[in-house]
Amino acid sequence: MKLFARPFFWLIVAVTLLYALLPTLGQNVTLRETLVLSAIYIILAANLNLMIGYTGYVNFGSIVFFGLGGYLTLWLVGGHHWGLYPAVLLAGAVTSLLAFLLGIGVLRLRGAYFALATIGINEAVKDFVANFDPWGGAEGIFLPFTAFKAMGGPGKALWTVYLLIVLVMGLSLLVAYLVKRSKFGLGLFAIREDEDAAMVLGVKAPLFKTLVYSLSAFLPAVAGGLYFFKNGSIIPDEAFNLHLSIEAIVMVMLGGQGTVTGAAVGAALYERLRGLLLTIPGLSNFHLVIAGVLLLLIILFAPGGLMGWLYRAWPRLRRVLE
Amino acid sequence: MPEILASVLDGLLIGLVYGLAAIGLTLIFGVMDVVNLAHGAVIALGMFAVYLLFGAGLHPYLGLFVVALIGLAFGVVVYLVAVRPIINAPPLMTLLSTFSVSMIIIGVGTAVWSTSPYNVNFPVTTLRILGYTVTSARLVAALAAVLVTGFLYYFLYRTTLGKAVRAVANNREAAELMGIPSQQILAISFGIGTALAMLSGALIATLFPFTILSGGIYELKSFVASVLGGLGNPTGALFGGVILGLIEGSVAPFIKISWTNVIEFVIFVLILLFFPTGLFGGRR
Repeated sequence: MKLFARPFFWLIVAVTLLYALLPTLGQNVTLRETLVLSAIYIILAANLNLMIGYTGYVNFGSIVFFGLGGYLTLWLVGGHHWGLYPAVLLAGAVTSLLAFLLGIGVLRLRGAYFALATIGINEAVKDFVANFDPWGGAEGIFLPFTAFKAMGGPGKALWTVYLLIVLVMGLSLLVAYLVKRSKFGLGLFAIREDEDAAMVLGVKAPLFKTLVYSLSAFLPAVAGGLYFFKNGSIIPDEAFNLHLSIEAIVMVMLGGQGTVTGAAVGAALYERLRGLLLTIPGLSNFHLVIAGVLLLLIILFAPGGLMGWLYRAWPRLRRVLE
Repeated sequence: MPEILASVLDGLLIGLVYGLAAIGLTLIFGVMDVVNLAHGAVIALGMFAVYLLFGAGLHPYLGLFVVALIGLAFGVVVYLVAVRPIINAPPLMTLLSTFSVSMIIIGVGTAVWSTSPYNVNFPVTTLRILGYTVTSARLVAALAAVLVTGFLYYFLYRTTLGKAVRAVANNREAAELMGIPSQQILAISFGIGTALAMLSGALIATLFPFTILSGGIYELKSFVASVLGGLGNPTGALFGGVILGLIEGSVAPFIKISWTNVIEFVIFVLILLFFPTGLFGGRR
């Protein structure tokens, strides 16, 4: 595939540049903080989509990768004086490797059993970390102020980390696109439709599933490292927040599972919606209710999400928006 | 040694209540292959239901009967709104729709009661049995859990409606061919599962303080207990709950209480991996 000849590739580049430039040009910190959340949501949704939308395996605990990446990074940077770059890369690699080893076992389960196991894994890791003294137990890890010095002070470091998060967002979209267009992706879609039939046709389902599970762990772990470095602290309840994990599923469903555009648009929309509901007085108490009703309405009336509806209205869109 | 035995006894009693909550979850899964992610929120609703009834002057133990009826009705409504339209869709859909119900319940609950702790403050006596001290609340809660389970078994095996529930669980198409109205049976089963969850929440509320978010931890314990016993198997779920309680009771004197969750979830994942049909075999 000639990547540079594809309009969708340039669309990903354009969106990434837009996220990078919009707040940077005016040094707008408020906009940066809004967009960082949006970018994190897109990263989580795009990688979760590899499991849910492509492979048909509902990972309820995908946030465990994000949290582990955050913990490993802060532990390396804060406790062992590593630089941020090697720390996030190692955190991503270690998390991805753990996911691979875990995946060999847990991906033998299907349907509801797999979904339950992923919840169990997240809760087990959260409770373990909350009791694990080298990682600060329930109080978590606080970065010393000096950690930002290496990057030219806190002000400058925050901007650098923001741009890195946007880069990870671009990479997540690119990976999602490349996987979708590859033979590997075709195998995953076959597993989603009928795993047994796919195996009969020669798709190495156990290997493919384990690989995609491991792949879907890498970029979220890197993003977790960057995000919690930016916060300067990490605690178990925030790192392994099962709720955010499930919100990520809502984002994927809202946009349309199995599509790159859908996961990204769903995540960005969900972030806007959540922000709106939190700021409107009188509605802030009800944002969970409204999100719940929204999810229920999507499931009952538009299971294909936004993209499913768009594709039906303009079938030609399928060729442009992946 | 006596302290350990007392702790194990405490664990056994609370384990029976966990078991009751797990039966609610496993019954719904056994009958319609739906993992009810609103389970925890419903448990929390049970806690607040008994709290409100107590505030209105009803003794918590009498309140249990009202809570069961509310649970039955509420479960039927949830089934009709959120589960029935997608009962034949892939499992992801029912997981998500029951989760959205959970979000709605917790959202409304947070708006009404905030997330601060409540408790049902009624007189409790301590009893001495064979030299061990037990509070009457714990004893009654365990007893109530056993009675409700017994009643459920009587219903499932001795009444026509209960037999219809088991028939639908076994094979929905065949049951329909025998003239069983499967949609009504599914609605009733969902109602019973919800009622059991609310009852267990009400019993827990007589033991510990609670918030609207408290259901979450008991939902996870229900998952662990029902997977231990084999998803879809009510007897197994009760035993799974008892095993959980015994583990909690027997490790409590030796390690920090917060480690028990780690142990439980590791057991949970290991059981799923190596005995996916549970320790006592799968569904009936």
